[in-house]
Amino acid sequence: MRVETLAHEIDIDGWRAAARRLRLAGVAPENARFRVAGSGQGGLLDQIEETPVEAAPAPAFAVPKAFLDLAGEVILHRSADRFDLMYRLLWRLRDEPNLMRITTDRDVADALERAKNVSRASHKMKAFVRFRRIEDQAGEAWVAWFEPAHRVLEKTAGFFVRRFATMRWSILTPDGSAMWDGESLAFGPPATRDMAPDGDAVEDYWKTYYASTFNPARLKTKTMQGEMPKRYWKNLPEASLIPELTALSAVRTTTMVEAAPTPVNARLARAVAPDARVSGSVDDVVAATLPELDRAIQGCRRCPLWRDATQGVCGEGPRQAKLMVVGEQPGDQEDLAGKPFVGPAGQVFNAALEDAGIDRADVYVTNAVKHFKHEPRGKRRLHKTPNAGEVTACRWWLDQERRLVKPKVILALGGTAGLGVLGRKPAVTRERGQPIALEDGATGLITVHPSYLLRLPDEAGRVRERAAFVEDLKAVRRLL
Amino acid sequence: MAQLDLRRKLSILADAAKYDASCASSGTSKRSSADGKGLGSTEGMGICHAYTPDGRCVSLLKILLTNFCVYDCAYCINRVSSNVERARFSVEEVVKLTLDFYRRNYIEGLFLSSGIIRSGDYTMEQLVRVARSLREDHQFRGYIHLKLIPEADPLLVEEAGLYADRLSANIELPRDEAIRRLAPQKDPGVIKKAMGQVRLKVEAARPGKKDRAKPPKFAPAGQSTQLIVGADGAPDTEIMARSASLYGGYGLKRVYYSAFSPIPDSSAILPVSRPPLMREHRLYQADWLMRFYGFSAPEIGQSATDGMLDLAIDPKLAWALNSREQFPVDVNSAPREMLLRVPGLGVKSVNRMIQVRRWKALRLEDVGRLTRSVDKIRPFITALDWTPGGLTDAVDLRQRIAPERPPEQLSLF
Repeated sequence: MRVETLAHEIDIDGWRAAARRLRLAGVAPENARFRVAGSGQGGLLDQIEETPVEAAPAPAFAVPKAFLDLAGEVILHRSADRFDLMYRLLWRLRDEPNLMRITTDRDVADALERAKNVSRASHKMKAFVRFRRIEDQAGEAWVAWFEPAHRVLEKTAGFFVRRFATMRWSILTPDGSAMWDGESLAFGPPATRDMAPDGDAVEDYWKTYYASTFNPARLKTKTMQGEMPKRYWKNLPEASLIPELTALSAVRTTTMVEAAPTPVNARLARAVAPDARVSGSVDDVVAATLPELDRAIQGCRRCPLWRDATQGVCGEGPRQAKLMVVGEQPGDQEDLAGKPFVGPAGQVFNAALEDAGIDRADVYVTNAVKHFKHEPRGKRRLHKTPNAGEVTACRWWLDQERRLVKPKVILALGGTAGLGVLGRKPAVTRERGQPIALEDGATGLITVHPSYLLRLPDEAGRVRERAAFVEDLKAVRRLL
Repeated sequence: MAQLDLRRKLSILADAAKYDASCASSGTSKRSSADGKGLGSTEGMGICHAYTPDGRCVSLLKILLTNFCVYDCAYCINRVSSNVERARFSVEEVVKLTLDFYRRNYIEGLFLSSGIIRSGDYTMEQLVRVARSLREDHQFRGYIHLKLIPEADPLLVEEAGLYADRLSANIELPRDEAIRRLAPQKDPGVIKKAMGQVRLKVEAARPGKKDRAKPPKFAPAGQSTQLIVGADGAPDTEIMARSASLYGGYGLKRVYYSAFSPIPDSSAILPVSRPPLMREHRLYQADWLMRFYGFSAPEIGQSATDGMLDLAIDPKLAWALNSREQFPVDVNSAPREMLLRVPGLGVKSVNRMIQVRRWKALRLEDVGRLTRSVDKIRPFITALDWTPGGLTDAVDLRQRIAPERPPEQLSLF
């Protein structure tokens, strides 16, 4: 039996050196033992004669970083056999270099589980340390007494430094203490509870908050205890309230459920804000102005598309515009911004307009359908083409825009826009660029939708189609 | 009116805020006071500093600035027509309480909301004043969640986003028609527009590849909302569809579901009953399936009855029992997306399985070591030494996995 002595409970460097010696000397796990100096926990082990292992001159061997990281965590676990488990893993790594990746292996799973417990203990320390304020010669300082589930004081102290760098504080635990003086962190010997202050004036406020934020109608004490195990309660000021809050919850809930509704508070109710409800139906409004039309579109219920859209998107542009451009429907960006043609297709459209020598500020831009039709797909919304029923329902609004703006030329971008303008689905490629006399006296023209240019897979096709689109716009300009 | 002492105000205004389920303090930008200035830190992971006996975490000081309100929302304890005791904090009082609690390590930060007083603009301005004071006067680096008053001026929303880690506007009722009926002063369109504005701002603040200088941060922990379950008669399928639409439309970090809970001094319009906690739990599970397991709302809805999820079994198991033709799944070769659909396998277990199976073929014992219980999983998988045979298609499979019990209500009633 080879016994190695470590300087203290979390002496990772000492363990590493010892484990390296043992492995180089070929000491199998069942013949290796580790003890901590002065702990006396060895019991019988103390009586076993220690055989010093000569430091072997052999070259060091490599182990995966994952193993070292894991060992650094596992050593903080309070179990007595943690050194043996780690040595067993180290021993096995010689023949099984990929062992750390096999998380279903009994030893690896055991070590991972202990590391998880350590990590949880560290997290709970961040959560459950409670500072109490004291005053000394140097002024204000903060002291906490805490009993961590595993030996995580050193591992966790850095968190308190980053969070409370401008406070002077100490955290006292049975394993040791940590002190921050505003500049440097120091670790000291184990402490006892009586070394920490026994109260703080703000704790009453904290307990008031804790009791008030609790909802007695949703008692779930098991969930509470799973997350805030009883072992921590004795050092949490608020935990003293738990028995009473729990005991009274049923009575409080029954009282609320059985209480008859009270009469309206007449004094306050005089201050009630006006209803946001739009009175009567607004979606049959015949608007006299464009702003009025915009307001009416917000209340539109002519088809169900309003439900999942953010808002109705009315057209935009001067009332005297000679050219009205009609797109399909607002997209994701237009739906959020409440403006037509601001998304990717809008940018393509703007650039093409410029190349054709048309100022967008002179154009009235709108869509055949005013609400964004889409389907949620995770964090995105996928565009869906509006159907004939939706386009027809929305002609109510498009017709009013045409009546108010009275453009000389109406350019429909794509088939859906064509349906909105003409009342029939056009064959875009065939009818493209041919003037169509419209009932209201305007000239209708059809071209592709700019999103078509975005969807083309090859560069050559994009260049060709874009040029054709710009030519269509130039033809429109000549008609104005 | 007699002056209320601070503890009484705290009691009233914490009680008034507790029906908002949000408690997250995670996912914001990394900050610390290690530069020797200011107070506080955020490190990505949220911290729950305490748990109350309702099993909810206490992470933030969650309070209202005031519970005076000019709105009359039937489900709300603070509606104008309610007789609850009213109180109002001053900006300085909230700032001091936050700092006092934070220094003692009780909280991660502040979650401040408010009843609507005077106007949306005025109310939002008060909330922004608190956040500004914490950030600028006290260099507070902890977490701040501000409630968005949807009616407020976009400029105020913009300012709020500069100070707050998270913003939230609550839709509360899944059905627009119900909002009109139960919350007459609220306009769902206005709430959606405000959320749309936040999404655009958050996206604009995300540094692009070409940007040399980083744009100023805007609500780095994003936005969330809450839906009340059981107040407006909307079935689960409608609630899930609403959630899917909100996640897709506004890039929400979370939709919270809050079982409609009895309140003191309830309104006559709404029946007061015990909160449907199990239903809330199933909706959270369905929400998780949509966000992390690749399920769509309609898929989960397939196994619903009259639009309601099964209370006795979780929605993934319900889906799998309904979709047996897709099983069993070979744990040694199935793609990640399919493993995620196996009842009883979580994201972590699946990731570990995929890692381990590159080095060795998985046996049933290995699967058992990576999961809580292999019993529920067994009928849906094959492993090196396991095939379920006729078990997958057994008529009584549901009985075998989840023996019929009276539907469990998660409470001690």
